[in-house]
Amino acid sequence: MAYVRFENISFAYGDNQVLKNFSLSLEKNEIMCLVGPSGCGKTTLVRCLLGLNRPSEGEIWVGDTCMFSSKRRINVPAERRGIGIVFQDYAVWPHLTVKENIAYPMRKRKVPKQEIDRRVEDVLRLVRMSEYINHLPSQLSGGQQQRVAIARALMTSDDLIVMDEPITNLDAKLREQMLYEIRELQRNVGTTVFYITHDQRAALQLGDRIAIMDPKGDLIQLGSDEDIILRPKTRFVFEFIGVTNFLNLKRVDGQHKLDLGSTLAPWPGEVPQELRGGAVIDVGIRPNDIVFDRSSPVRGTVERAVFLGSEYEYFVRAGEKTLRIQQGSLDAGQSGIVREGSEVGLKFLNPYYYPAAREEAV
Amino acid sequence: MAEVQVELRHVTKKFTTKTLGDIVAVDDFNFQVYEGECFSILGPSGCGKTTCLRMIAGFEDLSEGEILLSGRPVSSSRANLYVPPEERDLGMVFQAFAVWPHMNVFENVAFPLRIRKVNKAEVERRVKQALQHTSLTGLENVYPSDLSGGQQQRIALARAIVTNPKVMLLDEPLSNLDPHLRETMRFELKELQRKLGFTIIFVTHDQSEAMALSDRMLVADMGRIMQIDTPENLYNRPINRFVHSFLGESTFLRVVIRDGQVYAAGDLEHPLGVTPPPNAAPEMILATRPNAIDITGSTGYQTRIETRIFLTDRTEYLIPVGDQKVKVQTPHRIAFSEGNSCWIRFVDPMWYPVEDTDEEKERARRQLI
Amino acid sequence: MINLRGKTKDLAAVDGRRRIGLDAVMTALSFVLLLVIVVTPISMIIYHAFFYQGQFSLDLLIDQFTRETTLSAMWNTIKIALLVTVFGTIVGVFYAWLLGRSNIPGKSLMRFLFTIPYMFPPFLGAMAWDLLLNGRSGYLNRWAIKTFGLSSAPFNINSIWGIVFVELSYYFPFVFMQVVSALERMDPTLEESARIAGARQGTVIRKITLPLVTPAISSGALLILISSLAHFGVPAILGFSQGIFTLPTRIYAVIARSGGSFDGIRQGAALSILLVAVVAIALWIQQRVIRSGGYDIIKGKSMRPTVINLRGARIPLFILALSTLVVIVLVPLVMIFLVALVKAYGLPLIPANFTLANYERIFTASGTIESIKNSMILSVSAGFITMILGTLVAYVVQKIRPKGSTLLEVMSVLPYSIPGTVLAIGVILAWSGSLGINLYNTLWIILVAYIARYLSFSMKTSSAALLQVHPSLEEAARTCGASHTESLKDITLPLIRPAMVSGFFLIFLPAMREVTTSVLLYGPYTRTLGVQIYSLRDAGMMPQASALGSVAIVLIVVVNTIVNALNQRRKGV
Repeated sequence: MAYVRFENISFAYGDNQVLKNFSLSLEKNEIMCLVGPSGCGKTTLVRCLLGLNRPSEGEIWVGDTCMFSSKRRINVPAERRGIGIVFQDYAVWPHLTVKENIAYPMRKRKVPKQEIDRRVEDVLRLVRMSEYINHLPSQLSGGQQQRVAIARALMTSDDLIVMDEPITNLDAKLREQMLYEIRELQRNVGTTVFYITHDQRAALQLGDRIAIMDPKGDLIQLGSDEDIILRPKTRFVFEFIGVTNFLNLKRVDGQHKLDLGSTLAPWPGEVPQELRGGAVIDVGIRPNDIVFDRSSPVRGTVERAVFLGSEYEYFVRAGEKTLRIQQGSLDAGQSGIVREGSEVGLKFLNPYYYPAAREEAV
Repeated sequence: MAEVQVELRHVTKKFTTKTLGDIVAVDDFNFQVYEGECFSILGPSGCGKTTCLRMIAGFEDLSEGEILLSGRPVSSSRANLYVPPEERDLGMVFQAFAVWPHMNVFENVAFPLRIRKVNKAEVERRVKQALQHTSLTGLENVYPSDLSGGQQQRIALARAIVTNPKVMLLDEPLSNLDPHLRETMRFELKELQRKLGFTIIFVTHDQSEAMALSDRMLVADMGRIMQIDTPENLYNRPINRFVHSFLGESTFLRVVIRDGQVYAAGDLEHPLGVTPPPNAAPEMILATRPNAIDITGSTGYQTRIETRIFLTDRTEYLIPVGDQKVKVQTPHRIAFSEGNSCWIRFVDPMWYPVEDTDEEKERARRQLI
Repeated sequence: MINLRGKTKDLAAVDGRRRIGLDAVMTALSFVLLLVIVVTPISMIIYHAFFYQGQFSLDLLIDQFTRETTLSAMWNTIKIALLVTVFGTIVGVFYAWLLGRSNIPGKSLMRFLFTIPYMFPPFLGAMAWDLLLNGRSGYLNRWAIKTFGLSSAPFNINSIWGIVFVELSYYFPFVFMQVVSALERMDPTLEESARIAGARQGTVIRKITLPLVTPAISSGALLILISSLAHFGVPAILGFSQGIFTLPTRIYAVIARSGGSFDGIRQGAALSILLVAVVAIALWIQQRVIRSGGYDIIKGKSMRPTVINLRGARIPLFILALSTLVVIVLVPLVMIFLVALVKAYGLPLIPANFTLANYERIFTASGTIESIKNSMILSVSAGFITMILGTLVAYVVQKIRPKGSTLLEVMSVLPYSIPGTVLAIGVILAWSGSLGINLYNTLWIILVAYIARYLSFSMKTSSAALLQVHPSLEEAARTCGASHTESLKDITLPLIRPAMVSGFFLIFLPAMREVTTSVLLYGPYTRTLGVQIYSLRDAGMMPQASALGSVAIVLIVVVNTIVNALNQRRKGV
């Protein structure tokens, strides 16, 4: 039974229809990462969940409580929803100590003082901030402030917490560490986490399940990290995660050939059954899935070669197309580095096939 | 043999600070930059790179040593010589571009020529040429505040090349640009250098930027030069642990060497199958990189995949070796699952002595400045 | 497991239908209060200037504007303001350069001396200079005549130039503050890049530094211009005896001579229109001629700005700068205290002639004690009320953003550009019975004028503070279970409290020493401190006026010190 349910949520800012019939379910005790480019509507969805925005249509359920229903005219005010939130800028109150910040949700519920003290100590231990109990936020670093925000969210609710881009404002090293800590925390407490981000890397590392939203606000794919990486459903998902190359296959005399603009080259790969009827097919290839092979009939010229340390990056022109190729140091050590201007043979490993985008088919 | 364009001879710079006492910001820097080279000075904050650049530009005077431009001394402690920046005939692009907001694009770029009293027609011609080189044609009458960060940097670049300097100094040239723009500018900068033939000295803390742009690099730490070489040599044959870990990701494995065999600390029964270096100590650090480790074969050290994380462009595995964990990166298509067994083979590693940690403390002290 | 949510049944009763919320109440209140306090007085002036007995008529305006007295007052006003602005700017930039960019010694001493003019009411300074350089009886003049055997006084402070001199000595810090701040915070690489391009120091200053601080200079200059156009105290003290009038003092004269009659006030209203027109034209010209606002030149990293080595000129410039400051700042201060101690004005200032009788007299006179009490009550009340009102309006404009919030904003900052004299007339016209409420000759009418006058101060301070309170801070409180009202009380209010306290003092201090507005509004029992000092002097009782003046100065210094100490302590936490 799904723990959090968004059913057919629609929301518009003036003329801008941000969400249209959006539906998503979260299971209890999972970390669900909602990823999408900036402006796709994910923050709006979160604000609807929290009661800070009011959808025009749809229903939102948490457990067996209906938080919002346009049909039944239910709209629980934000202060009664009991959902923990960690904002992007932490929103830790600068005039209150760490203890006062964390105790606030319970003060609002008129929990007795002794109980509050006990629970604050417990949660501080959980986020490893016990010695900062009487500090002011201005005395804490970004990462520490964020832990306070997390602790406060846990005080509001220990069964549902929303995190909206919580680590974007931290430096790279700290980001890694916080992702690990959030994961550990969730394992310890067992809470359900709804994590919103545009950072695909964070989503892949953190999520039990990952939901991908496109710029129009539609849910494109929902699955585990392996599903997203190894089995991207659409071209958008494939392109969203990391750098990509796209090639076109054109059907000529019943066979699919590689369309390089001015020339056609043989395509040794196996086109999946369901796409064989198409006149044009899109093929996605990751830069590190293209290798140099002297015997390959597909030829290209190296226009640019850049040394990036862990790999060499090449821009290779094949026909009218420019392909981006990454060669790892192991491979470079074995087959040698390729200089700018040289002619190379290209072999494509691990292609992903998609029906052609309508513009290209014309 | 290419001409030496910039030379530093035993250059030292000392500062007296109020809070941290005496600091030697630059300690005996000796190096030469050749005509037409793209030379970078790379290191963490506090390593002396900015001070070094400012001494070459003339904004700081050195405490000891000599700086020569095209063979002519411009700073010398011996001869008590100090040529001010306006007489050094250099081009410079600052980190925040330093484009003048009260002048339009044309006036910004024309400024160095007007100072030199170049006649009006010539100014017009050379400015237009500089704008063409930096893809700013048509924007002459626009004011910098109406342009993007990338365009503002081009104004700074155009202004720096308009006097045809022999040497261009760049202070963190790409760090204020967003990642996509960084790549474009990197390419355009190299093209510009190729076309106009000037020498570039630039300073950065971003090792990937340095490696992508430089012909040769100087890696500095705590005011001292660690190593000067090409990016490939620095990356593949770093002289010490600092340089190794500063450039790219590093994996350091504690190993025990016995009877000509190398064992990972914590497992003295199964050798790693790698050749020990000559004159090996009984305990050493085996240094390699996550993508220089082969797990697709069946030789080496047998172990299993403990954790798998998908990154956007590669898969990362955490693999136990002895009592340590080693990080390995492969393309996505090399798909192991957690729990799978595998053989790990270290390809051509570097070897370092087991290190002391006083250096860490000094490094931390410098970060405060 | 703590769970905030109740059963579905309970919460289903909560409907999303809007009730009259806190937001609506705050917005409505803001509109009403601003209408009453700001719009009404201003409308009354316009009405009475253009309408007579219900009919539209330009007769009054034409009559007033064509009088020779009006025209000469207008030209004096403009002349003085221009001279003060030009010279005040030059002096301000000179000092800003010295302190911001050179290696002159004694910078902290000079900076300290700069804070004094801000605390000093300019009319007290005018009084002091008059005591010293009065064309007939000034101490310095009489000493010079005696010592050098001159036939007439070498200096006459009761002249246009005298007024200019005194005004500029109080207004030049406006330019100084803006420019020194711009110079210190400028990104040094803007100048370094010019040097690399081949420019020497002098060229860098001329072509880069100066143009980049021009917006700051012009901001400061505009402030001086407007302040001088609207200023009452200095021309009143120095100009009346020689028949030199400016528009603000002419307005006062017209009303005072008519004994406060309705006719006199109408004439004042007409002249007010003229004064406001002059100020508006000045603003408009400034916008067109020089660019205000600023360039984005603030540096990010903490880098030291380039310091110019003065070399040989270092000591001479230091002596020049310090002595000028001493003259401008310390001389008037000393004069006031000396004359406060002298038995009678005109006697030589030697200890033999000193007495404490003046202080005795002013403290036993009921008028003095009352005036101090009045000023205290007015300043404290104005401070409080304006602070609350300003914060309310700032909150509505920034956080609630209803329709018409621009109108609210305009209404709240409008009084800032209206001269205090004009505002006083508007308040008289509005609250002397014609609209059903008569506050004339009470403290209330002065209070209402003060609130209108100082509203924009607290609006600005509170706005800036509210800007720092990110919406997510309030939203976080809501998600933790706080209602809108609770989140205001627990989060927003505590965070802006320091700014509100600053705002209070920002109003309290000027209100304490104010004379421009209260001189038109006071009644027999509602004199303010400023008015009392002015009246004593008007009656010829120089030593007593000086004594009371010195008391005012001490009071201001004490309060200022307390405020600074509080600020320091807060920052140290």
